Amino acid sequence: MAETARLQVSDEVAISITNMNKWYGAFHVLRDIDLTVYRGERIVICGPSGSGKSTLIRCINALEEHQKGRIIVDGTELSSDLKNIDKIRSEVGMCFQHFNLFPHLTILENCTLAPIWVRKIPQKEAQETAMHFLEKVKIPDQADKYPGQLSGGQQQRVAIARSLCMRPRVMLFDEPTSALDPEMIKEVLDTMIELAEEGMTMLCVTHEMGFARQVANRVIFMDAGQIVEQNEPEEFFNNPQSERTQLFLSQILGH
Amino acid sequence: MSENNNKPAVAFVRDTPIPASAPPSNAAGPIRWVQDNLFSSWGNAFLTIVSLYVVYVVLSSVLPWMLGGVWNTSSLAECRDVLNGRSAACFSVLSERWNQLMFGFIYPSEFYWRPTLAFFLMLIAAAPVLFFDLPRKMLIFTGLFPFIAFWLIWGGTILSPLLALVGCLLGYMAYSKLVTRTFAAGFFGGIAVATLVWWIGGLLIPENASENAMLPAVASRDLGGFMLNMMLGVTCVSLSVPLGIALALGRQSDLPVVKGICVIFIEFIRGVPLITLLFVASVMLAYLFPPDATVDLFLRVVIMITMFSAAYIAEVIRGGLAALPKGQKEAADSLGLDYAQAIRLIILPQALKISIPGIVNVAVGLFKDTTLVSVISMFDVVGMIRGPLLASTEWNGVYWELFLFAAILFFIVCYSISQYSQWLERRLATDHR
Repeated sequence: MAETARLQVSDEVAISITNMNKWYGAFHVLRDIDLTVYRGERIVICGPSGSGKSTLIRCINALEEHQKGRIIVDGTELSSDLKNIDKIRSEVGMCFQHFNLFPHLTILENCTLAPIWVRKIPQKEAQETAMHFLEKVKIPDQADKYPGQLSGGQQQRVAIARSLCMRPRVMLFDEPTSALDPEMIKEVLDTMIELAEEGMTMLCVTHEMGFARQVANRVIFMDAGQIVEQNEPEEFFNNPQSERTQLFLSQILGH
Repeated sequence: MSENNNKPAVAFVRDTPIPASAPPSNAAGPIRWVQDNLFSSWGNAFLTIVSLYVVYVVLSSVLPWMLGGVWNTSSLAECRDVLNGRSAACFSVLSERWNQLMFGFIYPSEFYWRPTLAFFLMLIAAAPVLFFDLPRKMLIFTGLFPFIAFWLIWGGTILSPLLALVGCLLGYMAYSKLVTRTFAAGFFGGIAVATLVWWIGGLLIPENASENAMLPAVASRDLGGFMLNMMLGVTCVSLSVPLGIALALGRQSDLPVVKGICVIFIEFIRGVPLITLLFVASVMLAYLFPPDATVDLFLRVVIMITMFSAAYIAEVIRGGLAALPKGQKEAADSLGLDYAQAIRLIILPQALKISIPGIVNVAVGLFKDTTLVSVISMFDVVGMIRGPLLASTEWNGVYWELFLFAAILFFIVCYSISQYSQWLERRLATDHR
């Protein structure tokens, strides 16, 4: 798995972050982040809570503003220009810990909203695309229900389908399984694994180390707003270099 | 527990699932209900009997008064003659002065059909807004209705409402042209174009255009009765909801100037009694306009009541906006929706749904507050009762019947609004909590 995955990684740069810094008021959340993501890479970001991993991926689609450094997504540099930000956001899909489906719209409407309004795709075509992706995440029969009628795992899969309907070039996952029951974690991870196998560029903040071992081609460990260590999953888990990583791994894998 | 035993008592495997069954049927029926709810204990039985007695006392005096009421006399003295000492209502004041209660005492009686027609057209115009399952094409009529209603009620040359309509249309066209650049350009561009059209058109319409108009003109000061309450209520509610939304969004804006203006407006208007604003409208606003511009009193009152209720509605909607999880805006953003789309498609539908009870509360209050215009000598239904009716020689002294009638009129409208809002809440409930 890891072998084939490594082969797919290209030389084409999808995201390039150089010397990026972010502060919340006086609090220095992200410090000198340098990260280059190549097309087709599957990166898992882990670290203790408050280490800035969510903030990092939220900076990539400008849900958080960075104060210093550069972020270039797909050749477009993130600036304060709103048009620019909207363009990047429409190319970058995102899944949230709490799904954030739109409760007043049906599942199908959730999936067609952005393609219709942002991509200006005709409704019929958008619905076909949406059904295609709902089939992919294995819930086409729920299309006319409302999010409140679905289980957490189903909602998260809808959220993934909703992002995919925009045909994103990069997918960001912000702890997608942290709010789910153990039984539902698997169905969401299966969907993500399938996505990875199709060559989607993915950045995933997660504590699912099994997923990281199976899917990731690179694992990044963050602490106190800095990237402490990054490596291939095998090396990362079996032979962590820094003391902080060793401590973290011993704590989350220790039971 | 019994680990040493050969047959462990704790271990258990279910081999046949328990089938679902119907809930137990408790003894029901009217007798059981009376027992449970009215006579469940000695204390409750006592309270039930006392309450029944109170209800009896009230009804035994009110019902004969109402049912024995007289409907067809022409003055209070005549009514008292008919009653001949019996205690009953003189409802004849309502039947005899019906038109005055409805239309005021100056509105020309040969034109009563005009506001009546406008009222029924209003029901048609409001339908697609209130019931969104109706065909959307009906909204075209809703858009035209204000101009039709204006023409019907005030009469005069048809050129003025047409000019107003043309101004709105051209303003909207300018808005949709410019809004692709920035929202501010569209907004102010639209207003500028509309104002320009109205100004030029106002110069072009001849002074005497109203003289031989199809519908003879009626002045604002001739409006009165419940018609005036309905006109003020409908106009101000439909203007103050959009203004309230704009203020609520403005208050959350990142732009300090916009935010500041909205905060000052809301806090100032909310901190001032409506009656003060109405006095400002009737007396002082004239100083602010250029001396030769006579801005209609009706319009001035509409502006004041609208501003007043918009400030309240803005705060209600702000509550709805605050109740939405932050993730909703983030999800909309992450999909690439721009600010206007996110607000219109994601944020407002949810925030407004939460705000329905509050908005309806303000709307009901606003509708009843329209009676305050009687204080600035406009003859709405309460003004008619307190002024021309009670001051007349025929009906001096008929208090109960008149105020009961006014109360029932307002109750019917307000209760309908309340019922509609409850239906709307059920209709919009999709969260399955």
